[in-house]
Amino acid sequence: MRVTQGTFSFLPDLTDDQIKKQIQYCMDHGWAVNLEFTDDPHPRNTYWEMWGLPMFDTKDPAAVMLELAECRKVYGGRMYIRLSAFDSSHGWESVKLSFIVDRPANEPGFMLERQERAGRKIAYTTRSYAVNKPQGERY
Amino acid sequence: MDMTNTQVTGKDRYKAGVMEYKKMGYWQPDYVPKDTDIIALFRVTPQDGVDPIEASAAVAGESSTATWTVVWTDRLTACEKYRAKCYRVDAVPNAPGQHFAYIAYDLDLFEPGSIANLTASIIGNVFGFKAVKALRLEDMRIPVAYLKTFQGPATGVVIERERLDKFGRPLLGATTKPKLGLSGRNYGRVVYEALKGGLDFTKDDENINSQPFMHWRDRFLYCMEAVNRAQASTGEVKGHYLNVTAGTMEEMYERAEFAKELGSVIIMIDLVIGYTAIQSMAKWARKNDTILHLHRAGNSTYSRQKNHGMNFRVICKWMRMAGVDHIHAGTVVGKLEGDPLMIRGFYDTLLDEHTKVNLQHGLFFEQEWASLNKVMPVASGGIHAGQMHQLLHHLGEDVVLQFGGGTIGHPMGIQAGATANRVALEAMILARNEGRDYLAEGPQILIEAARHCTPLKQALDLWGDITFDYASTDTPDFIPTATAAE
Repeated sequence: MRVTQGTFSFLPDLTDDQIKKQIQYCMDHGWAVNLEFTDDPHPRNTYWEMWGLPMFDTKDPAAVMLELAECRKVYGGRMYIRLSAFDSSHGWESVKLSFIVDRPANEPGFMLERQERAGRKIAYTTRSYAVNKPQGERY
Repeated sequence: MDMTNTQVTGKDRYKAGVMEYKKMGYWQPDYVPKDTDIIALFRVTPQDGVDPIEASAAVAGESSTATWTVVWTDRLTACEKYRAKCYRVDAVPNAPGQHFAYIAYDLDLFEPGSIANLTASIIGNVFGFKAVKALRLEDMRIPVAYLKTFQGPATGVVIERERLDKFGRPLLGATTKPKLGLSGRNYGRVVYEALKGGLDFTKDDENINSQPFMHWRDRFLYCMEAVNRAQASTGEVKGHYLNVTAGTMEEMYERAEFAKELGSVIIMIDLVIGYTAIQSMAKWARKNDTILHLHRAGNSTYSRQKNHGMNFRVICKWMRMAGVDHIHAGTVVGKLEGDPLMIRGFYDTLLDEHTKVNLQHGLFFEQEWASLNKVMPVASGGIHAGQMHQLLHHLGEDVVLQFGGGTIGHPMGIQAGATANRVALEAMILARNEGRDYLAEGPQILIEAARHCTPLKQALDLWGDITFDYASTDTPDFIPTATAAE
């Protein structure tokens, strides 16, 4: 399966050139670009690990690409890495764009557990197959 | 028009008998509205031979303190304060016989936090008043002091995006079709296919409640099975707008509680349940961390014709105050009524923090929204993947694009239809962010994206040329070259 979180997951994986153009778009709007990674891609896992602080003062997309290259050296192919852009202006103060820039070579996906309850009700639990292994050994 | 102040004062004002409204104090051309006044703009079409000023003063009178004759009991009140004051009347450009009347209402005329009370005054009796041939409420300025008495959207655009973990693109939805007749089991099939294929939301239609072919509990159970299956197979948060509209509040609460118990992120109501019921459901939604979708069922009965009823932008304002998170607000290019400039005005009303006067967009007043949450507009009705560049251009990225037929009618099935829409959308966002002229190059961008997505190619082949090109009835009164006051 393919985890389709993020803005561009239905397109072929973006090339570095395409990623750079998106970073430029974010910087043109004054948003802080941030890199995060995880090996727990549960749809409600909000807090991925941060690759350093959000790059509030970085004005050059190439600098972000360097950070991404460093991050990929450590986690590429065995973690999900996402790039997000944060808009601190009043009334938003949240993420404006977020997309996956690297993902594990093999994505086993999620199991849906059903706990049957009274009145045909079912309590659902989504569990990533990968998280059965300890953190760091999942992909 | 004689614009002079005609107010009668002192003892003469209260002499028993009938007196023109413009003499009773409802026409005050010198009045400067206070920051705390609620202001309404009406399009007044007086009966033949009726003075526009008198007709406008009558609207002010009948929507505030007046009755048809002088009453001495006015003198037991601070009646100067409680009288609504028509302070300005303009002829409508290019519309003989129609006038824009600006009317100011003191804040103390209204109960805090009650759309029902606000509307009982502003649109209560006055629309049936004999002296006017037709009457339309065009816009309102709601003072911050009054806005602050309302909860506003239970969730709002930003928190909704955070909860769904979806940023930087319009959300995608589809209404289950056929809208009536599917059993719960078959209905859930449509939901599953559409969500798995790439949509974020699916939706009950406005008239799906609890009918013989599918009772509500059955629908809720099957839909949540579909939502959870789709979540597990994509790793994304998904939702189905479970319509909790019912005959009584008690039944609506029961359905909403069941939706919550099943883990639904969103519920839905119809505009026809009424303003008080909507406010109650907004409180429920805030309390229970649920997004509240509003389908504007019934609005065109009073919002479409230009001379009578009320403009939809006023409904947008009231619904933002009442506290819904989603509202259908037009597509521009789809099958339902919608002039591009007017729809821009609706969207701005729902999304802005501060709206400026923009007569071309039908926005007559500056409106400060006082940090009330933003409402996500929903575009639904006759739209398809081939229009993606136009949709993004007209509607922006904070919108739910709902492709019902454009998903379910795909020749290769519902999943393929959903995938086509999602790929078209992501390709267009990518192109826009790269700085391409996506509106002009839209068809080319879609063809490029279709090279790696057969479902998109099939959708473009089937629907690429479908357009709904009819003249709108609700159009701007001010064309770009007009030099209107204010």
